[in-house]
Amino acid sequence: MRSVRALAVVAAFSVFAVSNIALAGEPKQGGILRMYHRDSPGSASIHEGATYSLNVPFMPVFNNLVLYKQDVPQNSMNSIVPDLAESWAWSADNKKLTFKLRQGVKWHDGKPFTAADVKCTFDMLMGKSQQKFRQNPRKAWYSEVNDLTTNGDFEVSFNLKRPQPSLLALLASGYTPVYPCHVSPGDMRTNPIGTGPFKFVEFKANESIKLTRNPDYWKKGRPYLDGIELTIITNRSTAILAFVAGKFDMTFPTEVTIPLVKDVKTQAPNAICEITPTNVSTNIIVNSSSPPFDNQDIRRAMALALDRKAFTSILFEGQADIGGTMLPAPAGLWAMPKEMLETVPGYGPDVNANREEARKLMQKAGYGPDKRLAVKISTRNISIYRDPAVILIDQLKSIYIDGELDVVETANWFPKVARKDFTLGLNLTGNAVDDPDQSFFENYSCGSERNYTNYCNKEIEKLFDEQSQETNIEKRKKLVWEIDKKLQEDVARPIIFHSRMGSCWQPYVKGITMMVNSSYNGYRYEDVWLDK
Amino acid sequence: MFAYLVRRLALMVVTLVGISIVIFFLLRIVPGNIVDILFAAAGYVDPAEKANLERELGIDQPLVVQYLHWIGGLLRGDLGFSYVSEKPALEEILPRIPITARLAGLALLFSTSIGIPLGVISAVRQGTRLDYALRVVSLSGLSLPSFWLGLLILTASVSMFGTMPIFNPNPRDFWEAFATYAVPAAAVGFRSAALTMRITRSSMLEVLRQDYIRTARAKGASEASVNFHHALKNAILPVITVVGIEAAFLIGGLIVTETVFNIPGVARFLVEAIRWRDYPIVQNLVMFIAVVVVVANFTVDMLYAVFDPRIRYTD
Repeated sequence: MRSVRALAVVAAFSVFAVSNIALAGEPKQGGILRMYHRDSPGSASIHEGATYSLNVPFMPVFNNLVLYKQDVPQNSMNSIVPDLAESWAWSADNKKLTFKLRQGVKWHDGKPFTAADVKCTFDMLMGKSQQKFRQNPRKAWYSEVNDLTTNGDFEVSFNLKRPQPSLLALLASGYTPVYPCHVSPGDMRTNPIGTGPFKFVEFKANESIKLTRNPDYWKKGRPYLDGIELTIITNRSTAILAFVAGKFDMTFPTEVTIPLVKDVKTQAPNAICEITPTNVSTNIIVNSSSPPFDNQDIRRAMALALDRKAFTSILFEGQADIGGTMLPAPAGLWAMPKEMLETVPGYGPDVNANREEARKLMQKAGYGPDKRLAVKISTRNISIYRDPAVILIDQLKSIYIDGELDVVETANWFPKVARKDFTLGLNLTGNAVDDPDQSFFENYSCGSERNYTNYCNKEIEKLFDEQSQETNIEKRKKLVWEIDKKLQEDVARPIIFHSRMGSCWQPYVKGITMMVNSSYNGYRYEDVWLDK
Repeated sequence: MFAYLVRRLALMVVTLVGISIVIFFLLRIVPGNIVDILFAAAGYVDPAEKANLERELGIDQPLVVQYLHWIGGLLRGDLGFSYVSEKPALEEILPRIPITARLAGLALLFSTSIGIPLGVISAVRQGTRLDYALRVVSLSGLSLPSFWLGLLILTASVSMFGTMPIFNPNPRDFWEAFATYAVPAAAVGFRSAALTMRITRSSMLEVLRQDYIRTARAKGASEASVNFHHALKNAILPVITVVGIEAAFLIGGLIVTETVFNIPGVARFLVEAIRWRDYPIVQNLVMFIAVVVVVANFTVDMLYAVFDPRIRYTD
């Protein structure tokens, strides 16, 4: 039943996307797409960053081996299409993934693209090459890759330690472009060279980013646009006003809040706005190694005290999703069914009953109306962190926990979290790929750098590996649900909600598809055109 | 006068050295550095990568070594490299200076050309409806934060004219360039104009009660001559002081205005550099601002001598 529903959603999204294209008519060549950018990215190197502030401007410069089809809103294995690879094949034991590469592709500096470039890129990502990235945030994605081997100039194989079907999903992400061997990581930060539809022109920090059409792009007839210009506007009010005034063709994707979408629609009724899930969850990080949260009862009580609907009503006018670790359906592919989710403590519909149970657990742990638990709730000094933290403090009061907001500047937030210098924290976790491997191994695996809570459960760890190797999607889904349920029951990192954000564009901008289960993968812009 | 000049110049050097020390060490007191921020943005911390990066940027060196390295470079004209863009700091800072200079110059022009005449009128027409109206305007100028005024201007432009004065880096002609700067300059200059107007008014009121003004009137001098030739010339000294201070204070106002109007000038760049803990940019920019302030103060002192022949800074 669930899969039928999911299929229906995919079909609906596809029909919507196709109808958009059909209605738009024949694409026109030319024009510059003008957007604003919400901030100045630290560099131009996608591999060295972990924010979609990098993907939006620089994904059009590159190609991947494979890519999520850019006009399909829901990323899935079925929407992966060849990019620099013409085809791919798994070996019989599912431990070798071989790509046949496209011939005649040139880097923007005129040098030919070959399998050596693919090997270079992934060797560097795995930390196996002489040249190193300054930062390598997604090294863990390739932990199951033994090495890469090339066969001539146009064939490359990923040799795995064990089967990992999800590798293909990771390779299709906007976070996985192929870099040229002959350009150093330092140069890629300031003057990126790719094979993509747009060439890098300039990046003026805090000012603008400019890309121009690549006339030698290997995909004939693409891109339609002559270029893309992003003006960096850090003040959100100015940016939205500029969009309303027609100074920009498009807002920064998934950056317009729900109330602002309403404002835009009021002031610019012709603008097209879509509100989509971002696959970013707001969650609580609990330092379970330090008292009193080493006590399982207190952790459970805290999870039971959450009124998730109140969070989504206050912060998103009800337009956010409630779920476990994986992005909720229909946008998410791997989420627990609703019936199963409601059996998880704290997810039941009766908030009062949940809190009554929570108070009993607190009393069992020695706390009550006369002996309240004082705790600091640390969070980053950004409104999307601060605002839910304030609501959390209010909700915890109902179970004898008096929270005090500990606002931490961005520069100190991750060092503090990495030191485990917190008791309770409110955090945001973005997932580049709607795939359990990325989420589970990154956030819950023993020893992972991004496992901020140090949660480590050997039993679950085995299940992580089991689901990762499973090639049967339905079987894998069941395993994933089981894991997700267990993670919530263990209060490993209680998920409060999954956010939704808006993106708006002028009616003459055609070929935009907002992805519904990731905000990291849909910015190639080679199919975008201006109907004016 | 010459000895005074030498003393003032020496004092300027000592002030700048003091400022350099304060800037350098205050920046290091602020928690976190560029490496922390880069890892914060990436959502993880790898101690080995972090150590490498700190070594690469030289921020693992003792503070005194870092300071001497910076000052040595500054004296040689080498401002170092931006940690974020990895471009020479000079290359990043230089193109932004004219933008802010134009904006600040226009704002100062706006504040003096509006503030001084209105202050004179307000004083001459003391107690009239015009005086009250002008005092309300000046109080509004002092009370309205420039970021709010800026946003108000932008919102009004969009809702009334369907467009807004956003920064245009490539204006076609002088008037387009002027339009790019005029609105933000007015937004930031409004407060200065209000202050200048109030100071001019109170200073004029004091002077207008002096005996020599009565004498001038008794001798048959016209009102315009009394007000502008005799009174304003003597009332202008406190105004010059305030304008000098405002010139320095404008940088603070410009931070907000440049952000609201999205002008890629020095002030907004400084805020972003502080956010990234981009030490080479922040240090050199603050030093640049310090030089501007010190020179502005020096110029004000020199102008005193020009406007008031009694002041000659004798030893």
